[in-house]
Amino acid sequence: MTDTSINAQSQTGEAQFGDYFALLKPRVMTLVVFTALVGLLAAPVPVHPFIGACAILFIAVGGGASGALNMWYDSDIDAVMRRTQKRPIPAGKVTRDEAFAIGITLSVFACVFLGLATNWFAGGLLAFTIFFYVVIYTMWLKRWTPQNIVIGGAAGAFPPMIGWAAATGGVSVESVLMFCLTFMWTPPHFWALALFMRNDYDNAQVPMLTVTHGRRATRVHILVYTILLAILAVGTAFTAVGGPVYLAVAVVLNALFVKGAIQIVRRNEDMSEADNFAAERKFFKLSLLFLFAHFGAILVEALLRQFGMGGW
Amino acid sequence: MSFQPEHELHKRRFGRNLGLGLVLAAFVAIVFGMTMVKLTRGGLGPKPATQEAGQ
Repeated sequence: MTDTSINAQSQTGEAQFGDYFALLKPRVMTLVVFTALVGLLAAPVPVHPFIGACAILFIAVGGGASGALNMWYDSDIDAVMRRTQKRPIPAGKVTRDEAFAIGITLSVFACVFLGLATNWFAGGLLAFTIFFYVVIYTMWLKRWTPQNIVIGGAAGAFPPMIGWAAATGGVSVESVLMFCLTFMWTPPHFWALALFMRNDYDNAQVPMLTVTHGRRATRVHILVYTILLAILAVGTAFTAVGGPVYLAVAVVLNALFVKGAIQIVRRNEDMSEADNFAAERKFFKLSLLFLFAHFGAILVEALLRQFGMGGW
Repeated sequence: MSFQPEHELHKRRFGRNLGLGLVLAAFVAIVFGMTMVKLTRGGLGPKPATQEAGQ
């Protein structure tokens, strides 16, 4: 949302277009769009460019719709947490009913049109992803178990599978590997965030690992998941979607990621507070680069393969 | 011929209406584009994966 729209809002008290767009979590959407695009382009079946672009748009709209439904259900939590207080509902710009109506409408639109544009398996998988994120994660897991982010992470891991399904009409080992990559990446990414956002989850009474098992246990969990992720990420290099470029990226980034996790586990709260959680913040930023670089490398391998290079 | 002065509501909702108008225009363009692609490829149903792979 721009400054202009904020000013307009404060002057008129009426939601602007940007406020409704903010319901779709545009920053999260970039991850959805990119990973879905990689899934679509890495698939061995060529897709018409216009249909491919439409498929990515519908997947993005579906992801955004689930974000709107998440904001509708979690508006009480969002109002308490510093990180989410400026979202359209707690900021008083959009009502809960509006968010619900937009979320449901866009969900149906995205699934139906993805089905029409590509195939009904992809449309169904998008519908399941929205269901998983809104019902399984938001309504059930998030407020109930410290494993919320572990299981709920599956919702964010589906887009490359949907992209792959849009091209092929099905699921394969390669698309499952791309799913696993995001699935295993999610817990350390969010636990690092929970460490440096400190009291946010406590205040909102969300049972994050930092709240239920303590910050020490969270640091250990980050290291364990990072090691498991490294094995998976480097191992993927030797599958059909991997290759030398991917291997080089995976080795470098996983070495840095494991090093960051070891640094986190060696620190205690006093050390972290002394430098305002510098290592945790650095690890979180690296995690963003980590995912984009891995999927970027899969995309490079797929493009090279078209010219008779790439892969093993 | 005189035009009625623009109501304050129209000014207030200009950004919102413009955004919605653009979204609707994009929607029409997408449906038209998809229809054209489907028709020129010889059928409105999705092609089986194996058939496309062989192309």
